[in-house]
Amino acid sequence: MPLSATQALTAPQTRKRRGRGQLVPALLFLAPAILGFLAFFAWPAMRGLYLSFTDYNLLSDPQWVGLENYQQIAGDPVFWRSLAVTMQYVVINIVVQTVIALGLAVLLHRFTRSMVIRGIVMLPYLIANVIVALVWYWLADYNLGLINSALDAIGLDRIGFFGDAQFAMTTIALVNVWRHLGYTTLLIFAGLQAIPRDVYEAASVDGAGEWRTFWSITLPLLRPVLAFVLVVTVVGSFQIFDTIAVTTQGGPVDATNAITYYIYDRAFTRFDFGYASALSVILMFILAVIALVQMRAFRAGQSDLER
Amino acid sequence: MATTTLTAVRPRGRRSKNDEPRSSASPIGRILGWIAIGAVIVVTLFPFYWMLRTALSNNRAMFSEPLSLLPVEPTLGPLQRVLGLSSTADALAEGGSVGAINFSQYLLNSLIVCTLITVFQVMLSAMAAYAFSLLEWRGRDVVFSIFLIALLVPGMFTLLPNFLLVREMGLLNSYIGIALPAMFFSPFVVFFLRQFFLGVNRSFIEAAVIDGAGQWRIFSRIVLPMVMGPIITIGILQFIFYWNDYLWPLLVGQTEETTLLTVGLGIFRSQTPQGSPDWAGLMAGSLIAAIPVFILVLVFGRRIVGSIQSSGVK
Repeated sequence: MPLSATQALTAPQTRKRRGRGQLVPALLFLAPAILGFLAFFAWPAMRGLYLSFTDYNLLSDPQWVGLENYQQIAGDPVFWRSLAVTMQYVVINIVVQTVIALGLAVLLHRFTRSMVIRGIVMLPYLIANVIVALVWYWLADYNLGLINSALDAIGLDRIGFFGDAQFAMTTIALVNVWRHLGYTTLLIFAGLQAIPRDVYEAASVDGAGEWRTFWSITLPLLRPVLAFVLVVTVVGSFQIFDTIAVTTQGGPVDATNAITYYIYDRAFTRFDFGYASALSVILMFILAVIALVQMRAFRAGQSDLER
Repeated sequence: MATTTLTAVRPRGRRSKNDEPRSSASPIGRILGWIAIGAVIVVTLFPFYWMLRTALSNNRAMFSEPLSLLPVEPTLGPLQRVLGLSSTADALAEGGSVGAINFSQYLLNSLIVCTLITVFQVMLSAMAAYAFSLLEWRGRDVVFSIFLIALLVPGMFTLLPNFLLVREMGLLNSYIGIALPAMFFSPFVVFFLRQFFLGVNRSFIEAAVIDGAGQWRIFSRIVLPMVMGPIITIGILQFIFYWNDYLWPLLVGQTEETTLLTVGLGIFRSQTPQGSPDWAGLMAGSLIAAIPVFILVLVFGRRIVGSIQSSGVK
């Protein structure tokens, strides 16, 4: 048999190849990625950490100042305010978005497998933040926008959705609910599809109603997926920038001056790169803590199905 | 042969019992459920319609009929003026802004930069994914987990130092300066493609080794064609991602020749006068920036939905 003949001939060769490993070709294949990783990720990350301990305005060399930036940040009212409005944004955005997405995913899962409907629901997520922000900025414009014109027409007061410090951050949070709803829905929908049908059939045999089924079966079995969704969306939500940059630019009176916008502002309008770097380090630290706490709280790695 | 390997790589899963909607809710429940789904669809699509309606309106006339559901004095003027195709007089007559905004140039810039990033990033990431899945070498898993750290670090953290680096390289305000940091790899793409490489049927590779094919040949002639589907999918997703990106191109591309569409929209918005903004022009620009994404969704919607869904249950 020619086949066994080739096998016999090549077997030692293959074994030799295994033993030596394929390190050289692996390094060649990885070379561009390693270069990119070192040049545009590892090195900038270390440099960012270093700059956070310096005073640097782009014009002269960075001056080492130790912990001074961090001390200043601790006493910086704008920083604490930016943290507060970011939290406000994240809470409104995540709560509204997750609740609606959960409801929508359950409805879609219950009634339809239409790809067209899922595609429509996901569409806003694929459109640029900037465009989404501009369309809603126009819809909610105080004088000419559709929403305020409609409010006016039915005899209600106009609302300064973006211009009023009381509403601006809520408005931005809801605009981004609109953009991310489909993405969150699809992730939860995929989680629902992974729940075995038999579990539902058993529940139905036991006489459990829709509501009971949702609370006792769907929600607990969805926990790992919800944990993943929450970690991803909370970490993303914390980095809100684009929407603010093209609408309120942090105003009115810092009501929408979220942490990333504050970093941008310190770095690129005041050229305070050391201070901005220290703010970035703090942001990264906060995000890491949030992600860890969430993973813990939801026991994200474990599934109730496997137990 | 090719089709069998493709299905082996992409376990589509025939429509199982599990994949069909559960039957029989009460009629009232069904009606309420569909009303809710319908409401979400309307709220999702309406802003896009409003964008189109405004982009086709006469900006001056629109102010007197803010509630009209149809374009007011329908005109192609706003689209023409943001593309630089109408005269200043025409633009003024329709209440357009006369700022030097030229979306044709921005459109070209965006197309070039996003294509450059996508082609290099997907190709080089595929090479990395190959080394992390189908090549056997010591330390592979350790190096891979180091790579994945990049996935967890927020973009804001490396943004400032990367700006300094590109500035020191003298690449500010150039296509390459905008594209470079993203061209070499994306941890997300490496991770995504590695899943598919791991599913490749290794007997083909072993057969090629016996034939004396080198690693490059095995990668480019055997493995790549088998995972062409996922490569196209991730290419589309990354193209859309960079098409929509705002902060990085805002920092690095500030001349007319390097302004990307999203950045141009931001400039347009900040230049419009408070009293009589050129909303029609702004929506026309937004529409132009969104159209390529609409087209990609129309053509590849199923792929995109599928891959976003699957990213949830790994």
